[in-house]
This record gives sequence, C-alpha cells and structure tokens, in this order.
Amino acid sequence: MQATPSGWQRFCRDRAAVVALIFLAIVGTICFLSPWIAPYPYMAQDLALGPVGPCASHWLGTDLLGRDVLSRLLQGGMVSISVGLIATSVALFVGVLYGIIAGELGGAVERLMMRGVDILSTLPLTLIVILCMVVFGQNIWMVFIAVGGVSWLTMARIICTETTSLKSRQFVEASIALGQSKRGILVRHYLPNLAGIIAIYATLTVPGVMMLEAFVSFLGLGLKAPMTSWGMMIKEGADIMEECPWLLISPSVVFALTLLSLNFLGDGLRDAFDPRASRR
Amino acid sequence: MSLRYVIKRLAEMLPVLLIVVAATFFLAHAVPGGPFDRDRPLPAEVQEKLNAYYGLDQPLYVQLGNYVKNLLHGDLGPSLKYPGWTVNEVIEKRIPVSMALGLVSLVLAVVIGIPVGVLAASRPNSWLDRVPMGFSLLGICIPSFVLGPLLTLFFALYLGWFPPCGWGLPIHYVLPAVTLGLITAAPLARLTRGKVIEAGTQDYVRTARAKGLPLWRVWFLHALRNGLLPVVTYLGPAAANLVSGSFVVESLFDVPGLGRMFVTAIINRDFMLILGTTLVYAIALLVLNLVADLVKAFLDPRIARGQQA
Repeated sequence: MQATPSGWQRFCRDRAAVVALIFLAIVGTICFLSPWIAPYPYMAQDLALGPVGPCASHWLGTDLLGRDVLSRLLQGGMVSISVGLIATSVALFVGVLYGIIAGELGGAVERLMMRGVDILSTLPLTLIVILCMVVFGQNIWMVFIAVGGVSWLTMARIICTETTSLKSRQFVEASIALGQSKRGILVRHYLPNLAGIIAIYATLTVPGVMMLEAFVSFLGLGLKAPMTSWGMMIKEGADIMEECPWLLISPSVVFALTLLSLNFLGDGLRDAFDPRASRR
Repeated sequence: MSLRYVIKRLAEMLPVLLIVVAATFFLAHAVPGGPFDRDRPLPAEVQEKLNAYYGLDQPLYVQLGNYVKNLLHGDLGPSLKYPGWTVNEVIEKRIPVSMALGLVSLVLAVVIGIPVGVLAASRPNSWLDRVPMGFSLLGICIPSFVLGPLLTLFFALYLGWFPPCGWGLPIHYVLPAVTLGLITAAPLARLTRGKVIEAGTQDYVRTARAKGLPLWRVWFLHALRNGLLPVVTYLGPAAANLVSGSFVVESLFDVPGLGRMFVTAIINRDFMLILGTTLVYAIALLVLNLVADLVKAFLDPRIARGQQA
C-alpha cells in the first residue's frame, strides 16, 4: 500500500531546496571552522603587498591592507551567519512565547496583545534598529538582540492563529479532560504541532535579518573594524570597485547565494510541511 | 468607508506617533557621545553654555515634555549641528528630493512588477514564468548596495550612458531610481504572480475565458483586480520607504535626501534632527498604510461594509 508521502519525502523531492540545504551546510561548516582552516589570520595585514588580485597564494586576492580576502570572507561569514541565527532565535523565542500566550488566553487578552503587535508593526522599526545598533554598536550581542527584537511580529501573529486553532482540537481537549497540566499540554501538544511552522518561518526570517545587518554595516553604523561581516566587505569592495573588483565580487556572490539558498530552503520547507500553504 | 472611519484612523495615529517620539528620544539620548563632541574637546564652559542654550542640561523627561509641546505647534526644534538652521528648514529642503526620487522609483516598481507578475501567472511554469521569476528571486537576494554599484559600473563607467555621480540634473535620478525600482519590483512581481494564480483558479475567471474575452482582459482586469489586495498591502509600507528616502541608496549615490540626512544626523549625534526625520518617516508610514487600506476598500467594497458594521 502506497502511503501519502510524508513531509520529509516531499521535501527531498524538491531539488532546489535540497541543493540549497547542502550549500548552506557547506558554507556554514567552512565559515565556522575558519579559525582553524583559514589560510591566513583575518586581521593579518601585509602592507608591503597591498591589494592584489586572485593568485595562487591568495585565492580571492587581498584587500587594501594586504589582508587575505578568503580568510576575511570566512570570518565575515561567521559573523553574518551568527547574526542571522542568533537574531532569529531571539525573534523566535519572543514571537513563539507571545503568540502562544495570546492564543491560549484568547478573548479580550488576545485581541489586546494582537492590537499591540499591529501598533508595533506600524512603527518605523528599521530606524529604531539602526539607533539600537548605534547605541550598542560596540557590543555584538546587543546587535543580535536589537535585530531579533524587531523581527518577531510576524512570528507572533502566525503562532497566535495556530495556537487558537490547536486549542479547540479534540486531542488537546481530551488531554485537558485527562487532567494534563498546562505545561504538559504545552510541551506534549503545542510545541510539537507548532514545530513545523516555526521552522518554516524561522528559515524565512534569517535572510531578512542578515539583510538588515548588512544594511547597517553598509552604512558604517554596525560592527567596528577589524571585525568584519559580509555587509562590511561589500561596502569596502563597492568603494573601490573600479580598481579592485574582486573585493566586491566575492562577498556579493557568497552573500547573494546564501540568501537565495535560504529562500529556496524556506519555500521548500513550507511546501513540504505546511499543507495549507502548498494547496494554494 | 466613511469619513468617520478616516477620522478614527487619523486619531489612532496620535498615540502611535507619541510612542515613536518617546522611543526615538530615549534611544537617541542613549547613543554614546554628544552633538558638541569635537576632535579637540570644547572648553567645559562652552559645552555647558551650549547645553544650557539648547536645554540639554535639563532632565530627560523635561526635555521630552518641551519637545512634545513644541511639536504640537509644528516646531521640530533647532538643529544641533547646523547652527542657525531649524529641523523644519532642513527637512523642507531635503524632502522634495526624496519624494521625487521615491515617486519615480515607485512608478517604476509598479509598472515593472505588476505586469511581470500577471504575465508569469498567466502561463505558470513556462519560460514566461520561470525566467522573470528567476530574476525576481535574484532581485530579492541582491542587496541594493550591490545592485547600485553594479549598475553604476555597467551603465555609467562601461557604457557611459549616465553620470556615475553628481546631483541636480534629471539624468542623475536614473540610476538611483532604477536601483530602488528594481529592488521594490522584485518581491512585488512574486507577490502579484502568487495572488493572480490564486484568483485564476476561480470560477469567474474560467467564465470570462469561456466567454471568449481577450486573454489580456481576463488576466489584467478580472484576475488581477482580486489578486491586487495583498499587493496594495505590500505597497503601503514600501511606498513610505521610498518617498521618505532610502538610507542605503541615497548614501550610495550621494543623493541629498532625507534618508542620507538621517544617517548623517546619527553620525553627528544631532538629536533634534534624528527625532525630526524619524517622525516624518513614521507619519509617511502611517498615512500610506491608511491610503493602502482606503484603496483596498475601493477595490473590494466588501471590506468597507465589514468595517462599518
């Protein structure tokens, strides 16, 4: 008997999403191993050498201070990916908590909490994030939290709707009738049933967050040198693209491919695990 | 959709704007450093005099109260960095540039994004769908600060069609407007495609096709009209972003607009100017969201009735 394909099987059939996942895994692994495998320390300068194009000893060339672009690309990737992951985790934590509380309590409290989300989403959040990043600019952890702190609104809305519909499902009602504690219901029923949708929207939040960090770094308001991120490298490259195009090309290509992969992965996950969205 | 609804929405904006002002105010003052910091520090007495002159020596809540009081008279206060200029004057000087650039980009985004989306939706999974949607995904993933330099490199330096920098002539608008327009058109096309495909599965579209209406009328007049609601929802904030000045593109092309002003104000720690520009941006966002809702009610009268009930 042929069962209907599970979400995971559907996902594996989506070739673009699988390629994206593999690409992301490779880029992520290499970037996070960079302190051990990078050919040069990312801040090591070679002023006598100056900027040279790609060659045998520097695969992607060097920048104005003679620093190896490949090593900096890996280091920058580590920062950019960390910002993406950590800020998304913050957004996830706040959004899921807020959404579950609002959905579970229901009624006037839910309406009030969701009205709050509506009001927050009309605020000029980009400006506020930029200000936050200037306030906490020296502290990379605060940057994560500031970016994540404004990215949870969509998540809260979705989780609230989902929780409301879960709450009235029979297995949850049965569980309540059997005397299961609130915490037990949360852990046994809500979280497993929400996991899919959380994963999908988390994947779709990461590129937005990485873009935001890149914008702020581009404006020169984010991290401080010699720390680097893909956004900062693109900025440095754009400034001197006529003389040294390789400084712009390699970070832009890697950044765009990463965002592209994240979008493919998110769409693939949504099509595979969110039956309502895929039926549309 | 009555006048009462509009007035109610406008009244709701006031507390939101107050939140924006308060949040921005405290954040701006939490930024390390002050507007009177120089490479060579000013003498302490001068600093004190300046702080006293601008009221910066008072407790924060008093300053905030004064700011809001002046705001009610439409006075955004003096610029701290440009002596003799008020924030109102700075913004009045900058905003026409941002608005002109924003409107051109918005028109460009709509003129490219929506037809491309509808065309793609009319032949799903054909090359007419795949190729433009591939570009659109690329447009979503390439940040404007990569697209901008690439366009400059190609059209200004390589082909020499447009000046790579400078400001004042209409031709200087082309590259920044194209950058902003393409970046906005990319998600717009995808959104339009999805919604028009959704609308296209409905009976009335099939009926229209069966009646033998020209296909362009079926897709652009029948399917698009119903797929347009989410597109308008997306365009509201996008338009606010464009007309009140995009920081990145304005910084990239040295456009003397409001977006770059905001970045400069932060770097200069010009509290008053930061507050003023944020406020203008917030108002643009709220008003254009309202406009988007009104347009939606016009497109789908059911929405208007629902809100009056």
